[in-house]
Amino acid sequence: MPPRRRKAPEGRRFSLDGLLASREIVVACGPGGVGKTTTAAAAAAMAAARLGGKVLVLTVDPARRLADALGLDGIGNAERRVPAEAFGSARVKPMGELWAAMLDTKESWDDLVRLHAPDARTRDEILSNPLYRNISGRFVQSHDYIAMERLFEIHATGAYDLIVVDTPPTRNALDFLDAPERMAEFFSSRLLRWLIVPYRSRLVNLASRPFYQVADRILGTQFLEDIAQFFILFQSMYDGFVERARAVHRLMADRRTSFIVVSTLEAVPLREAEFFAQSLMDRRLHLGAIVLNKVLPDYLRDPGGATVAERLRDRAEEVAGALAPSITSGDADQVRRVLAEIGRSYLDFRVVARREAEQRSELATVPEALVSVPYFDTDIYDMAGLLRLGQQLWGP
Amino acid sequence: MTGPGAVPGLLDRRLLFVTGKGGVGKTTIAAALALLAAEGGRRTLLCEVDAKGDVAAYFETGPTSFTPRQVLPGLSLMSMDTEASLREYLRLNLRIPVVGRIGPLAKVFDFVATAAPGVREILTVGKFCWEVRERHYDLVVVDASATGHIVGQLSAPQAINDLVKVGLIRSQTDWLVDILSDPAVTGLVIATTPEEMPVNETIELAGRVRDETTVALAAVIVNRVLPELFGRGEEQVFEELCRPAIAAELQRAARGDPTPVLDAARLAVTLRRTRATHLERLRAGIDPEVPMLYLPFLFTRLHGVRTIRQVAASLGEELGS
Repeated sequence: MPPRRRKAPEGRRFSLDGLLASREIVVACGPGGVGKTTTAAAAAAMAAARLGGKVLVLTVDPARRLADALGLDGIGNAERRVPAEAFGSARVKPMGELWAAMLDTKESWDDLVRLHAPDARTRDEILSNPLYRNISGRFVQSHDYIAMERLFEIHATGAYDLIVVDTPPTRNALDFLDAPERMAEFFSSRLLRWLIVPYRSRLVNLASRPFYQVADRILGTQFLEDIAQFFILFQSMYDGFVERARAVHRLMADRRTSFIVVSTLEAVPLREAEFFAQSLMDRRLHLGAIVLNKVLPDYLRDPGGATVAERLRDRAEEVAGALAPSITSGDADQVRRVLAEIGRSYLDFRVVARREAEQRSELATVPEALVSVPYFDTDIYDMAGLLRLGQQLWGP
Repeated sequence: MTGPGAVPGLLDRRLLFVTGKGGVGKTTIAAALALLAAEGGRRTLLCEVDAKGDVAAYFETGPTSFTPRQVLPGLSLMSMDTEASLREYLRLNLRIPVVGRIGPLAKVFDFVATAAPGVREILTVGKFCWEVRERHYDLVVVDASATGHIVGQLSAPQAINDLVKVGLIRSQTDWLVDILSDPAVTGLVIATTPEEMPVNETIELAGRVRDETTVALAAVIVNRVLPELFGRGEEQVFEELCRPAIAAELQRAARGDPTPVLDAARLAVTLRRTRATHLERLRAGIDPEVPMLYLPFLFTRLHGVRTIRQVAASLGEELGS
């Protein structure tokens, strides 16, 4: 019997097509290193190919080759249309347009300051403040905030039928959801005002003086003054921030928005993904699907396959003896080694495949929305690859 | 200890930061390095910076805290807590009665730290440097932040120098820089896997560490390297086995359908080959002076301290100890 590809022996499969057809925003989230960016790009490419309309993928940190495939050269914030020729090379005639944009945190912050600053002088003072430059360039949580802010802004333009968002890797998978609120809170805090007080008025009451003395000794007066100055400037933008934070939050909870959690079946990412799925539901946000990437093929769990593999491993010499006369490219010893090796390799991978299957069946959070994507034998770096992955997400 | 100028063995350093992209096994490798050091007779402290509790889970022990706790002979675990670090720092350095007021102070610190990256980082890095200086341990292994944040952490002392002109923190940065900059004392370990994004990030990070920090890259540890299935000439034999006529013979000799086994072998070969190209890219992108260690893919049912022991054993072989 000739070797052939096998179909996964599964019944009805959940797929993403319905979700992508009915939502305006689909947010891909989950732990790092599981193919979140590629999954978001594949879903968007597939939606553009099959659904029509304008589809935007807003991505954070694509691999260089993926960025090239999407026509992103890594500079700036602007949205760009992925040329239709890219689909042509994959022999697909898209129904709609695929657009792509990358998140540039620094540039987005500057835009935000220009938007919210009450006047030109405040704007320039903020943009040139050393602490601001530090925050916008390096402050990790600011990526989360900016991702949500950009999404809101682009959605508000109404230019796209569907926006697929790839979320930044976070220490805590939920950080980006809280980012707008945290940012607003940050600029309104009572403590913050307390910190600013001595530099606004020289009147420091007796109760708080020891605190300022300690703070002075640790940080130095100049630094504290820089900080205070920065916050005073930023407070002028407070109302804008709070309003935005509320609007972003409403948009996330809106029925037009859905979340997909991307993971692999490895223990650590899966644990994080499950926690994330649960948290989305706790917050009454719409969990559209869980996408499991790099799932090992089902034939690795074939009982007949295991029996054959064991025989090849344990009785390689016997099997090789029967085959060797027909093999022209190697001697009996080589045939024996190859047979033993492929038997052993099958059994090795089988251990992992069975463990993964067990974990998949335990994924009880949303069994009706589980999408499994097989291990692709090569990396995905062009439109054809994205569409191949997209096909898996899309279903039949 | 190795004299100045010489390149010390990985575990002969005093402070190792282990970083890596999410999902590559950074925590496992940090834990294995610490275990290997402890088994080699070094008093070792393993500290988790982003307290997710993974380290405790690997050693199958209760939650870790800022106060180190010995879990195996020579091996103590702790987790970083910047507020506790600030408390300790004030107690050791200020020697004035601030304890009652630390609550609000810590909260304000939170704000300051959010505004000025460097403050929180210095409380983290400072704690490790202090443990090194006080010689409480022979080796401190840090399960550090992921690749995105580690440069900020390691360059914090210089960043503080730029922002803070006077004050106690400023006066402390010099000795921190001394410890971090000495390649015989401190090293960075990047954990990675032979896949596209982890390799890209590793190369990029190595460049940034060289350009933006004073910390030496001590090793790159490549995790989950797949075994080579076939030796010279054997791949042709495999190709022949896959031909319909031969496969039919194989089915008779093996007494069953060999298709799943042949498919699986092809998958294994392709995965290995794709990864090999990424490994080549990695080797080309990293300074050849930096040792590169390889850990095999573990085809096991995982988990816990057994996994760590297996990884530690592989690391031990790679380090030649």
